[in-house]
Amino acid sequence: MAHNEAGTALEADTSSGFNRRDLLAGSAACAFAGSAARADDATTAPAHVVGETTSVRLTINDVDTHLNLDPRTTLLDALREHAYLTGTKKGCDHGQCGACTVIVDGQRINSCLTLAVMRDGSKVTTVEGLALDGALHPMQAAFLKHDGFQCGYCTPGQIVSSVAMLDELKAGVPSHVTSDLNRPEASRVEFQERMSGNICRCGAYSNIAEAILEASGVKA
Amino acid sequence: MKPFQYKRARSVEEALDLAARSPASKFVAGGTNLLDLMKLEAETPDMLIDVNAVGLDRIEDTPEGGLRIGTGVSNTELAAHPRVRRDYPVLTRAIVAGASAQLRNMATTGGNLLQRTRCPYFYDGNQPCNKRKPGSGCSALSGDSRQLAIIGASDKCIATYPGDMAVALRVLDATIEIRSAQIKRDTPIADFHKLPGDTPEVETDVRRGELITAVTLPRPLGGKQFYRKVRDRASYAFALVSIAAVLGEDGSGRFAVGGIAPKPWRSDGADAVLRNGAVAAAQSLLSGATPTQDNAFKLTLVERTLDAVLHTARG
Repeated sequence: MAHNEAGTALEADTSSGFNRRDLLAGSAACAFAGSAARADDATTAPAHVVGETTSVRLTINDVDTHLNLDPRTTLLDALREHAYLTGTKKGCDHGQCGACTVIVDGQRINSCLTLAVMRDGSKVTTVEGLALDGALHPMQAAFLKHDGFQCGYCTPGQIVSSVAMLDELKAGVPSHVTSDLNRPEASRVEFQERMSGNICRCGAYSNIAEAILEASGVKA
Repeated sequence: MKPFQYKRARSVEEALDLAARSPASKFVAGGTNLLDLMKLEAETPDMLIDVNAVGLDRIEDTPEGGLRIGTGVSNTELAAHPRVRRDYPVLTRAIVAGASAQLRNMATTGGNLLQRTRCPYFYDGNQPCNKRKPGSGCSALSGDSRQLAIIGASDKCIATYPGDMAVALRVLDATIEIRSAQIKRDTPIADFHKLPGDTPEVETDVRRGELITAVTLPRPLGGKQFYRKVRDRASYAFALVSIAAVLGEDGSGRFAVGGIAPKPWRSDGADAVLRNGAVAAAQSLLSGATPTQDNAFKLTLVERTLDAVLHTARG
């Protein structure tokens, strides 16, 4: 079970002096091995599963992943508890906070309000998939530089959301604050409105805005 | 969440056939409201019929010069469609005033129309609610009703229809296409949402086993189009009051109000006196209102929001 494996890893790694980042990277790697094996292991379904499981194939951060899931499993729980990618956070679990934001087939969505089975065959990008060849995504680097967080819990959602948000703006999708609906323009006000689905209870909004402004290349 | 069977329909016919054979099933498209309610067990379908792959994802011109919108079209796609932006800007404005970008990317045109109220007592399984459990009582009547209805409600239910998109559809006189395994029929948006009366659990004209397949807009009205939303925070909150308006150069026009009733609220009488100003039009529209102590402020808020819209229109 995901919980137990993660819990064991946590104790082992902290006692041997690994930092949190090594730990998360390590447990994610183990998890993938685990999830690949799981496909052949459907008979030993976890105890919470009622009835039949459904086969779901997802391409998560360019890795083909096959999961056998209770149809009730949200994409968020599939990512965290079955693919062991815990970068995506569960905040409210009701689509109110944005901590669970991931990019599915090019669009940012709340992974807590979609079933994994509804996304069968989709391409999913989580915060773990943004870095390229070991280099941080420019948005990740900008969040670090501008201290765009305090506790960090909403941060994966903020970063994933802001990456997709810039693409939406480039594609010309209008927002509530767009004056000319046919020509949305990048600006601080547009970024603030378009990021309103990501709540930060620490209130790091001003630094988050600075980070996004820098990553977007827009002059403040 | 209660266990359910999951079926992905490949055509409208297959979806309708599945629904006809499974009376406790629900269609799912975006799922943003339904899954939320299923987690709370306010909705407990025994089967989910996924209608994302049945071909309801198109926006097409109609021979009459209007627009036919498949109910599977997402809120984002609809708001960004070039013809909607150009010819029905009130609809784009209304959609982008609602929810968050993440939710609009998932939520569909059909689901948005069918979304349930956000009355807190409907969501709380520990409280009586005639809408969730008919005959159990209404907790909102003597409870927290700041967000709830001031008109069109009953002594059984004072919930509001919470959406923005439908308020614009109401002012645009949209038509909803409804299909069952047997028939296809059209319902004007004015008759689509039902007042609670003694049966608050009946919210729309859609009957069991029916699927809404399209929303049709008549030819563009022209005029200046506005959607003004007043809420407790600047973004990502439901309306206390919202106004969709289409106004002519001569001060005539039409308007519908959201956030105050079990459906987008509009009247011919109020439209007819709109040229006399916000006070006259709001008084006409809200005649017969029965607000609670908590939400009586909405009477004034409608008038002032309308005044602000008319002021902006005069430029």
